Amino acid sequence: MRMLALCALLFGALAVWGGPAGPALAVQPDEVLDDPALESRARDISKELRCLVCQNQSIDDSNAELARDLRVLVRERLVAGDSNKEVFAFVTDRYGDYVLLRPPVNAETLVLWGGPFVLFGIAAVSVALWMRGRSRRNALMAEAAGATGLSDAEEARLAALMGDDRDMKEKRP
Amino acid sequence: MRRLLFVAPLVIFGVLAGYFAVQLGDDPSIVPSALIDRPMPGIDTPPLLTDKPGVKTEELIGEVSVLNVWASWCIPCRAEHPLINQLAQRDGITVHGLNYKDKRADAVAWLDELGDPYARIGFDESGRAGIDLGVYGVPETYIIGPDGHIRYKRVGPITPQILEDDILPLIRDLKS
Repeated sequence: MRMLALCALLFGALAVWGGPAGPALAVQPDEVLDDPALESRARDISKELRCLVCQNQSIDDSNAELARDLRVLVRERLVAGDSNKEVFAFVTDRYGDYVLLRPPVNAETLVLWGGPFVLFGIAAVSVALWMRGRSRRNALMAEAAGATGLSDAEEARLAALMGDDRDMKEKRP
Repeated sequence: MRRLLFVAPLVIFGVLAGYFAVQLGDDPSIVPSALIDRPMPGIDTPPLLTDKPGVKTEELIGEVSVLNVWASWCIPCRAEHPLINQLAQRDGITVHGLNYKDKRADAVAWLDELGDPYARIGFDESGRAGIDLGVYGVPETYIIGPDGHIRYKRVGPITPQILEDDILPLIRDLKS
């Protein structure tokens, strides 16, 4: 009982303290816009833009100087009244499509976007062909078996064997 | 038909292996510039020094110019600087500098120590002109044609080999 109370106390303390904070934010307080709607759009855009210094981070995650400059720039464009699309266009005009973490569908990225579907198509056709081949083979074999047939003795032996098998299965717990 | 089916995986493997082998030689940190063969974005930077103008896009039109983006805090800039000095000494080659996200006093001291090969030097304290140019890692070197289009971009320090193989031939081409 005392143990339980101690646990409750510890959990209570944790709840008050808040536990370990989430990952440190790269966005600095002085960058944050006053308008929460604009700020949330800025955050969304920043998450889609690659930091060119550290490449596999978005500018929203990155502490690099350039990432900070770009975050500020994104916010400036938004305050100036740009739509999200216009902000993306502004950045890609300067840094190319490479800054977009989600590559756009165009002639250059067709293989990237279409590749999986093409591969799936090839796989599906292969499986279909293989299954058709197998069923045809099975039919042929059945036909061949029917033509030769089994002698009565063979039939009886087969039945006996199958019967044995069935018996054994039944005997098994 | 059957044989084709057996050969297909081998062919696909060969094609992929070849593609990856080619890509292996590329430096993934080099981002293709969006601005090659496009007009240089309009930048207008104040001068770093009192006796030299800053860099303004319109003023670069009409001749082949080299634009070198550098900063005093950038170690590879220091390494490539003798080559920039050499390049600027060649006949008929104009080299401009863009001082990127630097402190004025540091930049001036750097030039005093290593030499100032630039015809114009823009002072881009905020880095905004750098963003307009698509700068992401100094040093960067651009070659701008007489029509104001960017024809070449090098991210990282230039080397004697790059100078001989890429930069000088391109400048010769653009001039003729």
